[in-house]
Amino acid sequence: MCWYGPARRTLSGLWRGAGLWSFSKIASLAVVLVLPATLAGAAPRSNILAGFTRGGFSQTKKAVQQLAGADLPTGAQILDSLEHQRLRFDRSTKQVYMITKDGRVLDAMTGAAAPGVQASALKGVRIDNAVRGAIETVEGVLDLTSADRALRLSAARRIFDTRDSAAQPALQKAMAKETDPAVASRMKDALAVLVAQNVKAPEADRVKAVKRVQARSSREALSFLSSLAPSAHGAFAIAVKAAIVSVQGRLTLVGYAQNVWYGLSLGSVLLLAAIGLAITFGVMGVINMAHGEMVMLGAYCTFTTQQFLRAYAPRWMDGSLALALPVAFIVTAALGMAIERLIIRRLHHRPLETLLATFGLSLILQQAVRVIFGAQNRDVTNPFFMSGSFKLEGVSIEFGRMWIIVFALTVFIALQALLRLTPFGLRLRATTQNRRMAGNMGVNTGWIDALAFGLGSGIAGMAGVALSQIDNVSPNLGQNYIIDSFLVVVFGGVGNLWGALVAAMALGVANKLIEPAAGAVLGKIALLVFIILFIQKKPRGLFPVKGRAAEA
Amino acid sequence: MTNEDRRRKLDRLGVLFVLALIGAALIVPPLTLATPADSPFHISTYAVSLMGKYLCYALLAVALDLVWGYCGILSLGHAAFFTLGGYAMGMYLMRQIGARGVYANPLLPDFMVFLNWKSLPLTWWGFEHFAYAGIMAILVPGFLAFAFGWFAFRSRVTGVYLSIITQAMTYALMLAFFRNNMGFGGNNGLTDFKDILGYPVQSHATRALLFSASALALAAGYWLCRSLVASKFGKVIVAIRDAESRTRFLGYRVERYKLLIFVISAMLAGLAGALYVPQVGIINPSEFAPTNSIEAVIWVAVGGRGTLVGAALGALLVNFGKTIFTSALPDDWLFALGALFVLVTLFLPEGVLGLMLRARLRLRRDRSARSVPSAAE
Repeated sequence: MCWYGPARRTLSGLWRGAGLWSFSKIASLAVVLVLPATLAGAAPRSNILAGFTRGGFSQTKKAVQQLAGADLPTGAQILDSLEHQRLRFDRSTKQVYMITKDGRVLDAMTGAAAPGVQASALKGVRIDNAVRGAIETVEGVLDLTSADRALRLSAARRIFDTRDSAAQPALQKAMAKETDPAVASRMKDALAVLVAQNVKAPEADRVKAVKRVQARSSREALSFLSSLAPSAHGAFAIAVKAAIVSVQGRLTLVGYAQNVWYGLSLGSVLLLAAIGLAITFGVMGVINMAHGEMVMLGAYCTFTTQQFLRAYAPRWMDGSLALALPVAFIVTAALGMAIERLIIRRLHHRPLETLLATFGLSLILQQAVRVIFGAQNRDVTNPFFMSGSFKLEGVSIEFGRMWIIVFALTVFIALQALLRLTPFGLRLRATTQNRRMAGNMGVNTGWIDALAFGLGSGIAGMAGVALSQIDNVSPNLGQNYIIDSFLVVVFGGVGNLWGALVAAMALGVANKLIEPAAGAVLGKIALLVFIILFIQKKPRGLFPVKGRAAEA
Repeated sequence: MTNEDRRRKLDRLGVLFVLALIGAALIVPPLTLATPADSPFHISTYAVSLMGKYLCYALLAVALDLVWGYCGILSLGHAAFFTLGGYAMGMYLMRQIGARGVYANPLLPDFMVFLNWKSLPLTWWGFEHFAYAGIMAILVPGFLAFAFGWFAFRSRVTGVYLSIITQAMTYALMLAFFRNNMGFGGNNGLTDFKDILGYPVQSHATRALLFSASALALAAGYWLCRSLVASKFGKVIVAIRDAESRTRFLGYRVERYKLLIFVISAMLAGLAGALYVPQVGIINPSEFAPTNSIEAVIWVAVGGRGTLVGAALGALLVNFGKTIFTSALPDDWLFALGALFVLVTLFLPEGVLGLMLRARLRLRRDRSARSVPSAAE
């Protein structure tokens, strides 16, 4: 490119004259940028604004383009007003005013309030699509030199996406004085797009530009490269083809990474649901079919807590989850202990009957919730920190999912600590390994059973709080997870928390990786069949308990 | 010899049960067809269909009791066998609709025309013949049970593990049948039946005869199970239930016994499903729901596991209660069912029949003790 403009603001005075000589066919804007200042003399700025008062669309458009070069502090504001048809002028004095959203009248030149000017007495500046196009371009150009880093970034991105060649001179000008490396890199990307699509540019430059675009590896880059491919020749064509292959490969990789992320998220949910089950199943050999309902109750605790806060302490709504966690834990743990004391204790040594009795309980709990809260889904609010997402190397990471993974791992670690480091954990493990011997050593195994059941149920309740953030809170919530969590426990090996962790994550990731290829339902079926076959091969799960306890 | 007494009592009850079923099979069709509607002996077609449905459930319960009550295998997948049998019969009934469907396609059922399919998929071949469909209704569940049991029993998956993977199996089947391109009607399943063996499915006479067929099938199924458990084979089966390892160490191939009993039970469940579908007029994937399997288990538990007759009675009792309950207090049925699960397992481990037998035996013992007071000393 021939135009390396009078870029530096400090030198602009010196270079103003030179600007007149620099003509470029595509960079008509460049001329525009420089012209006003050259013609300037006395009052260039007011001249620009005068363009808005002449009435014709082409005049307005020209005025808009001239704004790009004038260092008018209110430039962006004027464009915005114009775009929303709030730019007006006085027919007699030719003064231009901006009307704010709330109806105040500002002087367009200074941005200061203009007292005594009636908005109704002013004539609006009309715009058409051509003017709108010009506004967009100039806005982008103005943003390129904005003091706000985010605005500069988005301006560079916009040029990358729109591939508007007219913006090239301004872009280069902005690049020259850009100090932020990230923004500069974005601008280089944008410039690369413009160069790559310019058939008049030297081939070597275009190949280099394609390589630059290739490094971006986004979906937009791919579509841009694909649009270049049909008309490309020679070395450039080869470079484009190679770039397309590379970007496609990279995008596939990012797709996998995204699915792995979803899988980890699903896995952490499974882990939360299954971990309590692993305790009760592991310690007492009891299948608790009502476990899913404990999760469901936890979700309803969240709902109730939020209702309570909304009514009595709306300021604390953002802390609702922190309050719901202990509430859910206490409610479900108490219920779990009651169930253990009243039902499961009496069915000792009859695991199959326990399964039936707890299934009956699950029916009762579901119906009770249906009667109390209704069968329809209940609205649970997401606090601010659970919504939104950010990008990591092209993989979009949702805050909600991220916090649930963190929460699941925290619960896991806390539980491990509880089991390894506390006297209660010691007794619990002793009871798991050899109930009678533990009893002989003075462990109150009956009490340990009740506590273990309460702990397992309480964790299920906390899982419900987490699930209420990503799933529908309905009486059927628990049923959707119960079979999966059983499979996690069985797959991982009963009574083994590490097994549950590995199994949950493996199942979650496998599920999400199979899903795009086979569809959600077939993927699920494939996993179920896999687990059924796996159990045949290793009936005691991934990490079987070894030694005497295994036969208990 | 309480056990011997108990067995003899059960056998006598079983004979009564079979006789009652045969009697019902003979007497109900004339009562519903030949008596005027206002006669006190008249049985409405609605009631006949309802009872026919219960009898199918009872056959399912007997099949389940065979594996659970006598072999200790708590299958949570019997609804799958039942539903597969039902689908086989449903496919026959679909083919009988012929050109009378909405799209009037003589070969393809409506849902296939709707999916724009051009030819009948391989899985549907031969289902226009009643005999083929009937055989498939029994063989397909049998084959599934064989394949599943072959792996499960050989690798000694027992107890709750087995229960959970049977549940996973029926869950997987449910998901699969919900898919449209499985070719079994997807969500809606199979319905809108017209004829069975050339007679209209909806007619009173067909309904009555289907009832009789169900009663006879239940009687035959019961008799088969009873003979099985009374045989030497049955003794080994009970031994496996009570002490699996010991039986294995005595030299029995435990997994083969379990496999055989599991397959027989699945076939009976398939038969029950095949009889069920023409009477209710629809079969869809929700019949696979894991809840259905567990509900069948509670019928057995209520009646008394390990009694066969009790299982059948339990199914009749619970479903009768369900019909009454759901029409009178629809919101409370699930509470009642849940309570039934809890209370029966807690307080009635032997079920209603077990309790009755025990009471009768105790009564007689008391009486004999009273008549010879010194013999005890």
